[in-house]
Amino acid sequence: MRVFKMEKGNLVPFLRSLEEFGEVWGPVKKGNSFVYAHEDPEKFDLSAIRTLIPAKKFFLPKVATILKFKNGAWTDNRECKKRVIFGLHPCDLHALNIYHEFYTRIYEDPYYTSNREATLIIGLSCLPDDNCFCNLTDTSTIEEGFDLFFTELDDKFLVWVGSPRGDEVLAKRKDMVEDITQNDIKEYIEWRKKREKMFKVDLSFTGLPEIVSASYDSDIWDKMGAACLSCGTCTMVCPSCTCFDVEDEYDIRNDELNRKRKWYSCFFREYSMVAGGHNFREARAERLRLWYTHKLVGFMSEYGEPACVGCGRCVVSCPVGINVLSVVRALTGEKNDAFWAKTEVKQL
Amino acid sequence: MKERVDILKCEVHEEENPYVPERARIIRKYDLTNDVRFFQVRLCNHEKVMEWTTKYKPGQFMMLSIPNVGEAPFSITSTPTRPGIFEFCIRKVGRLTGKLFELRENDFVWLRGPFGNGFPVEKMRGKDLLFVAGGLGAAPLRSVLLYALDYRERFGKIYYLYGAKNPDEMLFKDEFFGMKERQDFDCYLTVDSDPTGEWPYDIGVVTTLFKYVKDIDVENTVAVVCGPPVMYKFVVQEFMKLGIHEENIYMTLERKMKCGMGKCGQCVVGHKYTCIDGPVFTLWDVKTIRNLI
Ligand SMILES: Cc1cc2nc3c(=O)[nH]c(=O)nc-3n(C[C@H](O)[C@H](O)[C@H](O)COP(=O)(O)OP(=O)(O)OC[C@H]3O[C@@H](n4cnc5c(N)ncnc54)[C@H](O)[C@@H]3O)c2cc1C
Ligand code: SF4
Ligand code: SF4
Ligand code: FES
Repeated sequence: MRVFKMEKGNLVPFLRSLEEFGEVWGPVKKGNSFVYAHEDPEKFDLSAIRTLIPAKKFFLPKVATILKFKNGAWTDNRECKKRVIFGLHPCDLHALNIYHEFYTRIYEDPYYTSNREATLIIGLSCLPDDNCFCNLTDTSTIEEGFDLFFTELDDKFLVWVGSPRGDEVLAKRKDMVEDITQNDIKEYIEWRKKREKMFKVDLSFTGLPEIVSASYDSDIWDKMGAACLSCGTCTMVCPSCTCFDVEDEYDIRNDELNRKRKWYSCFFREYSMVAGGHNFREARAERLRLWYTHKLVGFMSEYGEPACVGCGRCVVSCPVGINVLSVVRALTGEKNDAFWAKTEVKQL
Repeated sequence: MKERVDILKCEVHEEENPYVPERARIIRKYDLTNDVRFFQVRLCNHEKVMEWTTKYKPGQFMMLSIPNVGEAPFSITSTPTRPGIFEFCIRKVGRLTGKLFELRENDFVWLRGPFGNGFPVEKMRGKDLLFVAGGLGAAPLRSVLLYALDYRERFGKIYYLYGAKNPDEMLFKDEFFGMKERQDFDCYLTVDSDPTGEWPYDIGVVTTLFKYVKDIDVENTVAVVCGPPVMYKFVVQEFMKLGIHEENIYMTLERKMKCGMGKCGQCVVGHKYTCIDGPVFTLWDVKTIRNLI
């Protein structure tokens, strides 16, 4: 991979110059968390760790009109916007790679593809906080899936070129970057060592698919089921969750019909209902088991890796402490602070 | 604002969008039972008629929609060996199917597809075939049955066993009664009970028809069962008694579906997407994936 270096002072002018390709979005602080915003790059917060909502929203918006029906015919309503997204971390990029594989396998989803082709992706290195565990899911570094990737060292950025598009962008801005030296590589290696030591989550993910499969009849699913609120937050914030619902909505003002697709959560009750009123996974416990099986086992057999990228979003978001870490701890019999793990569940 | 430099692409190729449905006309409809209706539809775009109606496989389904009501999967009950039209048998159960029952001949519906894996018709070549249907299961089964009969010489013995609750609940009665006259395969029909007193064939659940199945080469038999899931267990037991292998026993399954293309996730069971990995599964799949039935 080609790599250059950039002085820190050049970052903002560099990002500003990218407005010529499309809107430049990056992480900014909002309340206690971070969101992606289309702001002047000076406002971007380089210390941002996880954004509240992951970057999947740029490729599969929370709500989007996919088709319009007017005068007796359906038409494609692809509204792709040219964007430059700055600040995706290795876990975010791994999740996007899962998205890419998923949305292009067998049938290519044209909305996803259009959005992806219209987006320049610029990654940014990060230092983990207490809830990051990408080191355990093998997603702490990234080799592909970005156009450019910035690693922040003490006084400079290393800029990795990940695609011909990224190359083209840099080629026109040669004055902002320089070639790297042996010393830069040394600094980078030191930085990586420092970063690896910062991960705090102590847990083993080895053999997890087998453990989850074998725990099918475990009572921990019932305990979680009793605690879960079916709020769907976990699926909304998880960068590798892909499900959606489709609905027609009539727009009176324009006298047209919109076929919309919206993010959907397998934690909502209607999920898995079939005609006849038979709900195959009535209990919340069942839905939790489905989610964790799908996330930790299902993807394994399909793609050879679990769909969890260790971003920690479910860890900070679930109001009742159900998340990959607490579930894995419960399944592997490790110490678990989540309140639901200590409850007793009456068997019906 | 300045014109943006063209390194990022924003192109729309409409013809490549599998979410866009094609308009089709209802050319015939009639009631099969008091809540199941037969629909024959033809695409309005004549250029697509032959391509669409010759390329699907029996066992596949189409996503059928009515604007402002919704979209849902329905098995194609016609066969690609008789192209030009699509046929569906639809039970009225809710919003979309309710609206569908209000439509008249010449009204429009919208279609996209075909989706799903379909029956393994290539693998069936040269084999004996044992088809078992219950209730509305005759809809997907009719497609593969007609296909096998239209390519009769490609297959060994063919048995078709069909059971309905009562004579009024049997789909395609005239068509199946006609088949009983054929000498080149065996068609057996049964009803659980006969309030009419005029039912000319067997009475009893569908598994009672297995007594007629004789001289099949179990090592070389493909068995298919379609119907309500409650029936599967009993039919599968009969298949096992005959000695048919798990990987040669096929069944179709239903889940809620919103895309048909393995994307929306609504049809997921374990790590399978019913719409692309199914709706046809082998008994082996069903045994290894929990919750499939
Ligand atoms: C692969 C596949 C193939 C299919 N093939 C066929 C087919 O060939 N023919 C066919 O008729 N159907 C078929 N179905 C089922 C069909 O898709 C559903 O019947 C359809 O989606 C119902 O849509 P609806 O909008 O009318 O129902 P909805 O408005 O969505 O209402 C159905 C919901 O309401 C409840 N409900 C409605 N009616 C009843 C009732 N009578 N008793 C209890 N609860 C009820 C149920 O909870 C059900 O989920 C198939 C499904 C799949 C997955
Ligand atoms: S399961 Fe939790 S930690 Fe893993 S990718 Fe999803 S939100 Fe992030
Ligand atoms: S965020 Fe927590 S409470 Fe909400 S649906 Fe997910 S597991 Fe249940
Ligand atoms: S119907 Fe959408 S994934 Fe199967």
